[in-house]
Amino acid sequence: MTDQRTDVDGMSEAPVEPVSSPPPPRRSKRSPLAMTMARALRLGRTKVGLALVTVLVAVAAFGPLLAPESTTAFVGPPYQPPGEGAVMGTDFLGRDTLSRFLAGGRSVLILSLLATVLGLIAGVAIGLIAAYSRGSMDDVIMRSMDIVLAFPQIVFVLLLVSTIGPKLWLLVLTVAATHAPRVARLARGAALEVVERDFVKAAEVLGEPRWRILLSEILPNITSPLMVEASLRLTYSIGLVAAISFLGFGLQPPAADWGLMINENRVGLTVQPWPVALPTLAIALLTIGTNLIADGLARALIGVDRGTAEA
Amino acid sequence: MKKPAIESSDDRPVKTRWVPHGITWFILRRVLLGIATLFIISLIVFGATQALPGDAARAILGREATPQKLAAVRKQLNLNRPVTDQYREWLGGIVTGDFGRSLANQLPVSSFLGNRIVNSGFLVLLSAVISIPLSLLIGSLGALWRDRPFDTVTSIINLALAALPEFVIGVGLILLFATSVFQFLPAVSLISPDTPVWEELEFIVLPALTLILAVTPYISRIMRGSMIEVLESDYVEMARLKGLRERLVISRHALPNGIIPAIQVTALQLAYLAGGVVVIEFVFTFPGIGQALVDAVAKRDLPIIQSLSMLIAGVYVVLNLLADVATILISPRLRTSLR
Amino acid sequence: MLEVENLRVELTYSSADIVDEISFHIVAGEVLGLVGESGSGKSTIGLALLGHQRRGARVAGGEVRLEGDNILTWSPGRLRKLRGGVVSYVPQDPSASLNPALRIGKQLEETLEAHAYGGSSKARHDRIDEMMSEVLLPADREFLQRYPHQLSGGQLQRVALAMAFACRPKVIVLDEPTTALDVTTQSHVLGTVRDLCVAHGVAALYVTHDLAVVASVADRLAVMYAGRMVELGPKEQLFKSAAHPYTKRLIQAVPDISGRFELVGIPGRAPPPGHRPEGCFFAPRCEFADDKARREFPGVTHVSESHQVRCWHAEEVFAEAARARGLRKDGSGRDEQDKGLLAVRGLQAYYRSRHVLHDVNIEVWPRQCVAVVGESGSGKTTLARCVVGLHREFSGEVLLRGKALETSARSRDQQSRRQIQYIFQSPYSSLNPRKTIGQIIAQPLRLFSDLGRRDAEARTIEALERVSLSGAYLSRYPDQLSGGERQRVAIARALAAQPSLLVCDEVTSALDVSVQAAIVELLGELQRDLGLGLLFITHNLALIRTIAQEVAVMADGRIVEAGPVASVLDSPQADYTKKLLSDTPSLTTV
Repeated sequence: MTDQRTDVDGMSEAPVEPVSSPPPPRRSKRSPLAMTMARALRLGRTKVGLALVTVLVAVAAFGPLLAPESTTAFVGPPYQPPGEGAVMGTDFLGRDTLSRFLAGGRSVLILSLLATVLGLIAGVAIGLIAAYSRGSMDDVIMRSMDIVLAFPQIVFVLLLVSTIGPKLWLLVLTVAATHAPRVARLARGAALEVVERDFVKAAEVLGEPRWRILLSEILPNITSPLMVEASLRLTYSIGLVAAISFLGFGLQPPAADWGLMINENRVGLTVQPWPVALPTLAIALLTIGTNLIADGLARALIGVDRGTAEA
Repeated sequence: MKKPAIESSDDRPVKTRWVPHGITWFILRRVLLGIATLFIISLIVFGATQALPGDAARAILGREATPQKLAAVRKQLNLNRPVTDQYREWLGGIVTGDFGRSLANQLPVSSFLGNRIVNSGFLVLLSAVISIPLSLLIGSLGALWRDRPFDTVTSIINLALAALPEFVIGVGLILLFATSVFQFLPAVSLISPDTPVWEELEFIVLPALTLILAVTPYISRIMRGSMIEVLESDYVEMARLKGLRERLVISRHALPNGIIPAIQVTALQLAYLAGGVVVIEFVFTFPGIGQALVDAVAKRDLPIIQSLSMLIAGVYVVLNLLADVATILISPRLRTSLR
Repeated sequence: MLEVENLRVELTYSSADIVDEISFHIVAGEVLGLVGESGSGKSTIGLALLGHQRRGARVAGGEVRLEGDNILTWSPGRLRKLRGGVVSYVPQDPSASLNPALRIGKQLEETLEAHAYGGSSKARHDRIDEMMSEVLLPADREFLQRYPHQLSGGQLQRVALAMAFACRPKVIVLDEPTTALDVTTQSHVLGTVRDLCVAHGVAALYVTHDLAVVASVADRLAVMYAGRMVELGPKEQLFKSAAHPYTKRLIQAVPDISGRFELVGIPGRAPPPGHRPEGCFFAPRCEFADDKARREFPGVTHVSESHQVRCWHAEEVFAEAARARGLRKDGSGRDEQDKGLLAVRGLQAYYRSRHVLHDVNIEVWPRQCVAVVGESGSGKTTLARCVVGLHREFSGEVLLRGKALETSARSRDQQSRRQIQYIFQSPYSSLNPRKTIGQIIAQPLRLFSDLGRRDAEARTIEALERVSLSGAYLSRYPDQLSGGERQRVAIARALAAQPSLLVCDEVTSALDVSVQAAIVELLGELQRDLGLGLLFITHNLALIRTIAQEVAVMADGRIVEAGPVASVLDSPQADYTKKLLSDTPSLTTV
């Protein structure tokens, strides 16, 4: 009942993670969240991640403007290796690889961003409500979340695509729906710890309304893990959206899309690898970038919260 | 683990709460819960595929719909009868092992999927047998040699691999080992579903490697984290301060406690393997359930989709159950607190 | 037997010193008490005696000599044989220090095996039986087959003691071994420690933050402040005439069950490694400090042959310390014309299906402090939570100025919520780390008043000043404050509501003793100056004479004795109270 282990004896100041710099100056007046961000930005991995993401987002956003050819024009014979007329060669129908690559990033990025945002909002709302209501309400909510978890994300998406067909709005909604229970679990877990803290009880004793306790006492205390989760979820969204396109249930031909490009040009790998290699590499670097950011945030988070008494 | 609300003083020793049938009870309860979960899952699967508003038969056939074909599909899926009847019929079939016939080729689902399930099972099992010990080893060593070169390198590799979608890993491996850089492994598994895959082992190397690369980072990261926590625990420090040999400190005090959280994650990852095979089999045209599922979705072959969804969800439920039981069995505190 | 000379341990990362210039010795059969507040480096020294440092720390100089041989130069293999064999360790919290997945018998046996103690398995089992009986535990198979979680806190600490004495060590380091225990259990364990050390001629280092505990077990005391040993001497001399101002203030900050003395806190905080000032580290908090003290850290001076101190003004302090502690001014009690503030009648509380409070009756008047004393699990916290409306499962009446209150805070009316304010045990948990101090204190203002922004800020600053903080704290976050400052903020938040009753639930137990004294002082002031009623929940019997006028002693969910503090403490009627009083360690018994 009484945790009297308060004495850490000088060791509280010892940096436990070597990546973290010494504790912040005592009198700095920056908010804990701002400090997490600043620490994350100082880590090499976060910088590399940000650089990767920036470059690839730029490619996806401005690529279509830079494409030398139309994405649907036939510029040469199928599977022509890089050379004159087509810098990166042509694809299985003889279209310009580079132009299709430059144009094919937007869809992945927009769809996965939308799915991530929707999934996060739904998940956080569900998780917070479950954690704060506790009891049977909590049980019911989390049990139903568990059931969605029984389907691997891709199977769940395929299940819905099989009846409704490859619609983009459906893709966004189902990817978001597979994220929501996973985010809810995390949000609930983080919130449960916060709900037990005395400042929540202090607010209850003062008669603070429930919604205000959720939004101004609990939510601000889980923003840091949520940021980590958001960048993780974005990583998975990109993978999922690209995979669905790759399987042929996302954007439909003749659209230019990275996942679809990999699928369409697989047969000619031995002759002309570029229409497969370019989008594969782009997706790889993008997901690695977002994951590096997630990891940087997570490390900064540990560093910052270690400094405080209860960590 | 929270401390009990009431600390007993010396005069009132805590009674051992060992109930002889505790574990049996627990397992029974979990099995019942698992069955209930599967039941709800069957509702979702059925609801998502067959009970949606609109004409399912027309949706399935699309442009090929002729009156005769529509009638045939309706008859086969009992679409003419009320939804509840359809569901009862369908669930009854699944429970008794009759999964219906494929709409695409009219084969019974069980015989069509039989070999593919064996193939996928073999692929998953092979990957699991290699990746689980490997990742537990990598994770433990990373924790023991924390911040030394081995740990830094494996951490970075894990971070990158964990980020990559499975099909990107698969395509990358094909580019690397089968086509553009080296050419010593087959890019696609050109075998018929009826040949057992273990007779054509070279075809399984790349798919298995892809699965291993996809799963190992997750388990080894958890293992590393939990081992680091355990290595910094008071009881490991105490074991050292008692003068135990380091080997004993690790094997008797650190590992048994560090492995507990890894069990849950391993189960989750195995269940994930069941989903991961979907894309990976498609990449390598491996004759398993994943390839079958993608084909079925393209052809809207409802009985196949329904059966495979139920199968994959079932695997998840069973693995979770096993992980819970295993966790209980190896952690004395949980074991003895069962009522 | 054991000598430490000029020991320095620093942070690996920044090379800032955790402890430095540490020298002392312990002879066989002697217990040296190493006293210090959190962060003083006392555990670091304890571990150095085993040639061990925690991650992030390293020994940077000095010697630890065991019979003349410096163990800090030993090979890992030789150190391993030393640990647990020649020098053994008793941890602070045995429930965390025993492996949860290993039976206790096995954990005892492996210690013996590691040091090849006893030639056979039979001999080892005999030794275990012997040890178990020495620490007063059963040695039967069934008991040894248990896992740590199946034992009580006191039993676990006895197992740890058995483990430490198992290989007949020459030196034993006890690292706050009774902190996690109740008083009664603590007093048993202390007795056992004392007996074992004397009986086996073991040199013991007893590390603790609790002066009262060390008074009952140690022969000599060493006082740590901010990584330096500031005073060392026989305990009688230190208690009667300390020569270092810190020691002197520390003793004044210890509440005593006799309650004859005034409780005085030490303002300020001890500097952590890397932030230590030039000159004497205690100078910023010291009334004797002069320019010299602020420039240069004093060397060791001897007050007497066995009594040494590091202070430029040791003689003055020594002379002054010989005077008696200030006697306590009498606290104010209730006025005759006051009307009853809080009444609890026939309270029965439940936790799920467990009946945790049985027919509890308590009254609090304005200007009066009622202490509720009990060990953990006695139900005292549940009582507090019923009063403030956090624990709903109760029957019976809670009356505020004669009006019955609803069970939950949410269903009570605004006025009752405002009048009863709750102060939590841990200020590390009761302040939202994502809000500024200003936002935290403004919360009750927003809920209970309709002040404009400017007025609200003025009231916030007023509340801060009332608890000896200033407006400068408004924009800070709780993480940037010390434990004592945080608890003051929590009190300021309560005051901002303009309450008439403060319910204080173990408000000092998460704080260092010097800070605890200051918080108790503050609460006494508020009671006197603002006419507040206080319901003061504590496990520390020694505190109550200082703060309370009435006391209720709780055990197993019942009030076993209640009445004016003086009569209950001086002539206790209930057996439980008597036992509690005799088990509470005291400085005055020295």
